[in-house]
Formats: sequence, structure tokens, C-alpha cells
Amino acid sequence: MKQLALIIDLNVCVGCHACVTSCKEWNTSGWAGPMSDFNPYDANPTGTFFNRVQTFEIGTFPNTETLHFPKSCLHCEEPPCVPVCPTGASFKREADGIVLVDYDKCIGCKYCSWACPYGAREFDQQQKVMKKCTLCVDRIYDQTLPEAERKPACVLACPTNARLFGDVHDPESEVSKLIRENGGYQLMPEWGTNPANHYLPRRKIHLKIHEDELLRADNPLKKEGLLPEPPKEQQTLDDIYMSW
Amino acid sequence: MHPAFSVIFLTTLIGVGQGLFLALYTGQVYSMMKLLPTQDSMSFYATGSLVALGFLVAGLFASFFHLGRMERAWRSASKWRTSWLSREVIILPIAIGLVALYGAAHYFGWNQPLFILAQTQPIDLTQIIGALATVATLTLFICTGMIYACLKFLQEWHSPLTVINYILLGGASGFTLAAAFSAYIGNDIISFYALWAIVLTITAFITRSASLVRNNHLKAKSNPQTAIGVRHTIISQKAQGAMCGSFNTREFFHGQSEATLKMLRSIFLMMVFIIPIGLLIAATYSVEAITLFMAAFIVQYLGLIVERWYFFSDARHPQNLYYQSVS
Repeated sequence: MKQLALIIDLNVCVGCHACVTSCKEWNTSGWAGPMSDFNPYDANPTGTFFNRVQTFEIGTFPNTETLHFPKSCLHCEEPPCVPVCPTGASFKREADGIVLVDYDKCIGCKYCSWACPYGAREFDQQQKVMKKCTLCVDRIYDQTLPEAERKPACVLACPTNARLFGDVHDPESEVSKLIRENGGYQLMPEWGTNPANHYLPRRKIHLKIHEDELLRADNPLKKEGLLPEPPKEQQTLDDIYMSW
Repeated sequence: MHPAFSVIFLTTLIGVGQGLFLALYTGQVYSMMKLLPTQDSMSFYATGSLVALGFLVAGLFASFFHLGRMERAWRSASKWRTSWLSREVIILPIAIGLVALYGAAHYFGWNQPLFILAQTQPIDLTQIIGALATVATLTLFICTGMIYACLKFLQEWHSPLTVINYILLGGASGFTLAAAFSAYIGNDIISFYALWAIVLTITAFITRSASLVRNNHLKAKSNPQTAIGVRHTIISQKAQGAMCGSFNTREFFHGQSEATLKMLRSIFLMMVFIIPIGLLIAATYSVEAITLFMAAFIVQYLGLIVERWYFFSDARHPQNLYYQSVS
């Protein structure tokens, strides 16, 4: 069965928040109604967002690493938020595994947000219903869009290709290969929620340069020449050939 | 968690209502067994049921203020197969209806024996309705408790003690009110209710303390390492994606200091358990019983509001790991 999900590559995320703004732009303009903001241009602005980029610092100064961490609904394969909903407004689609909220059925009791260990759900203070990432369900199946644009808004906006979208149940999909080959992991595995979204870890490339690599130790002229080693300003073979 | 007063009033008020009904019916069963003198249907059972009904309906009323969309509340009865909240929504009106019916049966005097049980015990309509209402009341307690106990990553709540405490605290406050009510109408079973109120309060004190001790020693399963999946002992948050708070910071943080929580814990331990037990004992041996019994109930109920506030703020949600710092 299909399970659509996002893969977030922490190795290349630069924390630019482009995914946050494009998510907000797409989802606040849709048929489901705006994602309300309060005091947007005033003191203490607050509002509804489906996606946030958080920043963590790992280690102690000066040996620190900055990690930009985008966080949205993980579309769990065992979503704890769904069975607790008293109205059935919260549901997981059979066809593609997207976890959605029916805004017309939600009574705004907030019980699902208590049942989500990731804090992925946000209560819209104006519409008085619970909202969450829809994986741009109104975009990914839209036949009027060119096929290349049938992806979540955040994925299209990412300038470093840190967000990838696909079916994590298809072993041959790009995202499945990435998870498999680059150590993709799930958040808070201890709760058995089995999130569909995966994160790719930081993959640092350590460049270790040895002393003898700075000088060309294997220079055949100098290697095979007379010992002690001739000085650097002495003629090389190139100089001799050039003079011909 | 951020305590919501709508839920605090819902759970404490229906707790009193359920407890008071259970007290009334316990009294009736005892007098049916000829262990207690029979009480007047009208002045005791019917009026008592009306008081219980008042608390249950007030609780139901308070619950509506928790909803963003009150007009859709009826929808919440649909997912009873999976949701404890849905089960509570169904059983609460049933319990209210049965308690009302129980009061009505006493009010209209439907107490002619219908049949004789085991050739000795005459059974009338009030006893049958009362038995059904008892089942509904206890089911309601279980549903209310399970709403919190079923959330496995709220480790402070995920324990049988949560359900037990809801039953015992509701029962204790209901029996205390029954003692005060008996004293008010001046019947001869005051000491029966006072004794049961003391027993229930002491038992609740033991189980509530057990949950406090348990929560004090809990080791959180989630930590910053599992939250973001980085294996390093030192992880500090520098930004949470919003500078002036969000739903995540409003709903899941109580915003009070450790010292305030500690103070509230001492206050509720005094007001729910110690002071009411003292007042109940004093009232049993006193001439000014009505005032003391009423005081015992009022102090205990106010204490329960603090207790419920503490119950919510005591739970540490794992999502808070993502909302540690704004800067």
C-alpha cells in the first residue's frame, strides 16, 4: 500500500525557512480557509503554521554544530492522534497514508493534539478547529498542474533539495533508496508511532591531510635523485626541457 | 500541560454528582438489607437525586466550554469504538438520564415490589433503576479516567492509578456531600455517610499519594536525542520557529514555577484529605454538625479543583522537547 511521506535531509538544510513561508502561502490560500494570524505586524505576533524550522546547537562552544530542523506532521503509520478523535474528523487515508483533519467535522476539543508526541497539530484560533500538514493533498493530485509541480509546496520551495517527497513503501522509489542508503531515521521511535517522514542525518566528510601530502613526496625527479635531497630552487626536468 | 478550567470543572463536578448518587443508592441497598433504617423517598432520595443531577448537569455544561465548535458537539458520539472521549460523551447523558429516572421513581413513589428475589427480598423499580444507574456511573468514572490514562506518552497519566483516583476522589466528595445533605435534612444515617466519606477519603489519599510518588520517580522515555535523532549528550535549542509562542507553547506549558507547583500540591493534600477528614470526625461528635459537614464538603471540593489543576500541570508532554527556547 502506498505511503506518501517527506524525507528531510539534515545534511543540506541551511535553515532558510523557505519551506515555512511557501507552506503558509499555499495552505492559507486554499479552499480549506485561511490559516489565521493574530497581531501579524504588531507586538507578539502568533499564528497557525503547518511547518516550522527549528534550530539546535549540538556540543559546547567552540566545538559546536548547528542543526536546522524542519518539523511538520510526520504522517505516522500508527497515528496516535486518529483513534482518540471522538468525531472521526481525524483520519488516515487508506489510499496514500496521508493523515488529515476534516475541518467540517472537527469540534475543536484538542484531544488529538494531546495524543501527538511531536506537537505536529495546531489549533486555529479563528476557525476553532485543529489543523495540520496535509502533505499538500490539494496540490499533489491536481491534474491541471504540470507533473513536475505535483509536489508539496515546501518541497518545491527548498533551494538546497533538503526536502524530498515520495512513496516510502515502494522499495525502488527515490525516497526509499535514500532512507536505505543514507541512514534515514524516524523521530521518537520509542512510542511505536512509526512515522512515515524520515530524516537523513548529518553526513560529515572528514578531510585529514598528512604532512607528506603537502609536498609532492612522490616527485620522481626528487625521489630517484641523489641523496641528500636536492634543494627546491635547483633545476627540474621541466626547466631543462623548456630550455631546449 | 496547560490546565483548562472547563475540564477541571467538568471532572470535579460530575465526580461529586456520581459520588452523591452512589452514596444515595448505597444507603438504599443498606436499608433494603435492613442494615439501616429506611429513608423517606421524597425528602431524601428524590431531593438527593436532584442535587446529584444538578452537579452532573453543571459538569456537562462546563464541558461545552472546552470545545471550539459547540454546535458540532453531537458528532463526538460517533467514534466510541476507538475513543474514550467519545465513550464518555455517550455515557454521561445516559448516567444523567438514569439518575433523573431514579429520582423520579422515588418522587412518584414507584416502590411497590415487582417480584421477590430469593423468596425473601422484594425488588421494586427504584432498586432496578438504581442498579442500572450505578453501572452507568461507574462506567462514566472509568471513561473519564481512561481519557487521560490511555495516552501512553503522557507517562504521568498512563497508569491504572489515574482511573482509580478519579473513582475514589469522586466517591469521597460525593459521600461527604451525602453526609452534609443528611445532616441538613436531619435524618438518622449521618454517621453512616460520614464513616464512608472518611474511609473513601483515606483510601483516595493513599492512591493519590501513590501516583504522586510514581510521577516523582518517572524516567522520561523521550529526550532531546530521540526528539531530533542526534546522538550527543549536549543539545540545546536556539530557535523554535516562532518568536512569540504558538499553539504548542500555549497548550502544553502551565507556565508556573516549581515552587508554585509544590505549594499547590501541599494545598490540595491538605484541602482534599487532611482538613475534610478532621472536619468529618469533628462533625460526627458535634452538635453543630450541619456547618461542619458543609465546611468539609466545600473545603474538599475547592481542594479537588486545585488537585485537578495539579493533575494537568503535572503531566509533561514530550512535544515540549521541541519548544525549550525562543532566542
